[in-house]
Amino acid sequence: MIRPEERLIGAIARLILDPSAPPARHIAVGAASPIPAAACWLVKLLGHDVRLSLLHQANGNPFTEGTRELFDLAGQGRIDLFFLGGGQIDGQANLNLIGTGAWPGRAARFPGSFGSAFMYLMVPRTILFREEHSPRVLVPRVDHISAPGVSPPGVFRRGTAQALVTGRCVFRFDPAAARFALASVHPGETADSVRAATGFDYDAPGAPPLTADPTADELALLRGPVRARMAATYPAFCRRVFGEDVEHSHG
Amino acid sequence: MPRRDADALAARVPDGALLAIPPDNSLTPAALARALVKRGAHGLRLLGVPVSGYVCDLLVGAGCVASLQTSAASIGEAGLAPRIAAALAAGTLDLIDATCPAIHTMLQAAEKGVPFMPLRGVLGSDLLAHRPDWRVIDNPFQPDDPILLLPALAPDIALFHALCADEAGNVYVGRRRELATIAHAARRSLVTVERVVPGNLLEDEAMAAGTISGVYIEAVAVAPRGAWPSGLLDTYQTDTAHLAEYAKLARTEEGFADYLARFVVDGGETT
Repeated sequence: MIRPEERLIGAIARLILDPSAPPARHIAVGAASPIPAAACWLVKLLGHDVRLSLLHQANGNPFTEGTRELFDLAGQGRIDLFFLGGGQIDGQANLNLIGTGAWPGRAARFPGSFGSAFMYLMVPRTILFREEHSPRVLVPRVDHISAPGVSPPGVFRRGTAQALVTGRCVFRFDPAAARFALASVHPGETADSVRAATGFDYDAPGAPPLTADPTADELALLRGPVRARMAATYPAFCRRVFGEDVEHSHG
Repeated sequence: MPRRDADALAARVPDGALLAIPPDNSLTPAALARALVKRGAHGLRLLGVPVSGYVCDLLVGAGCVASLQTSAASIGEAGLAPRIAAALAAGTLDLIDATCPAIHTMLQAAEKGVPFMPLRGVLGSDLLAHRPDWRVIDNPFQPDDPILLLPALAPDIALFHALCADEAGNVYVGRRRELATIAHAARRSLVTVERVVPGNLLEDEAMAAGTISGVYIEAVAVAPRGAWPSGLLDTYQTDTAHLAEYAKLARTEEGFADYLARFVVDGGETT
């Protein structure tokens, strides 16, 4: 049986490897991002030549100047791909990590903007990920913009969102039109069910394909070596998604 | 070097001070925060560098804090920082939103002793409308290139927990060298450590790069497991079960009071 999280990991891994996107030689993953982190490990363990910098890696953390170094790397253009999410995401790919209601989130407070206001403009490619796919998350217009989906000409910006992966589907983002288009729906979803759960308007040309399942090889990698590399940093996630560890227990 | 404990360091923190606090994964001053709660610190202004977790949530929940500048507040895998969210909803906390590299850059300007420093990005974010102290200017070296300028920010005191101190007053932070920027930018630093070692770490080639000079350190105290429930380098791991318990208890006023009674007020330290 394939767990929904495993399918999301596989979908993100395929987006990372998309040959039409700018190359991803150095991928960074921020805080509290187990599914993107697992997708990156999967890409690497499939044999692709990528450097992974996982901000919250508990052992062997790649940074010697913490997040300051991460942001300096991105500012210089040394990071090719990053992941962001949002308490709200709108149809122009604006991200709201602040909250709803009056500033700074009097109705509902989200965690805060983290580095999004910087990273979204500095990296050539961002994959947006938000598991909850509902009208309260995917809104026509975010209450507050932590990080803008597109920028006017003249503003220094290296890239935009490539795609938005949710618990129901994959959207691609077209920065010229500042619009999403439905790329695939996960098993159990249809074009109509996704439309009903989405607060913003988007393009949906033709009947969407189903999001591909991870292959048997990919699943074996996820449940073995990927899990082993993630367990120290994301123990609760690993237990929940991959079950109690037997083979890789460190006692 | 005189031996002190965390309570002695907390006594050196005046009410209303602007305190730089590293987050859960970066040598966070947990024992020192519990000591500040015990001493009844009041009106503190916290700067999360660059985000906030257990320590800031604890201080806010205990009523020690007037304002918090941070880029995000969360408790590891346990989610949102509950007492910060509650204080915001109650209107008792002045929350000043930032974005991580802006906080680093403001400290780096202070570290260099210059009045401001530019930062890419951020243009188009609503953060700008709520940060009258941040300015967008035209790049003086290149036309048609708007860029953000950030003012230098020098915290009154940096608080953190390091692995060890030496007899010369230097402290060892290992790979967590972002702490050096915080210590350089702050007017003074108060540091708890696991232990004090003989000699001078700056004379040891292998240790010097991970060492912060005593020039920046006002006082050191020994606080075994002083980062707990956060981890410390490869010395001990984050106590995720405790953080989850904290996050659960702190969802309510009563639960938080229970937490303080069990783990803070009685000095119910780590086991």
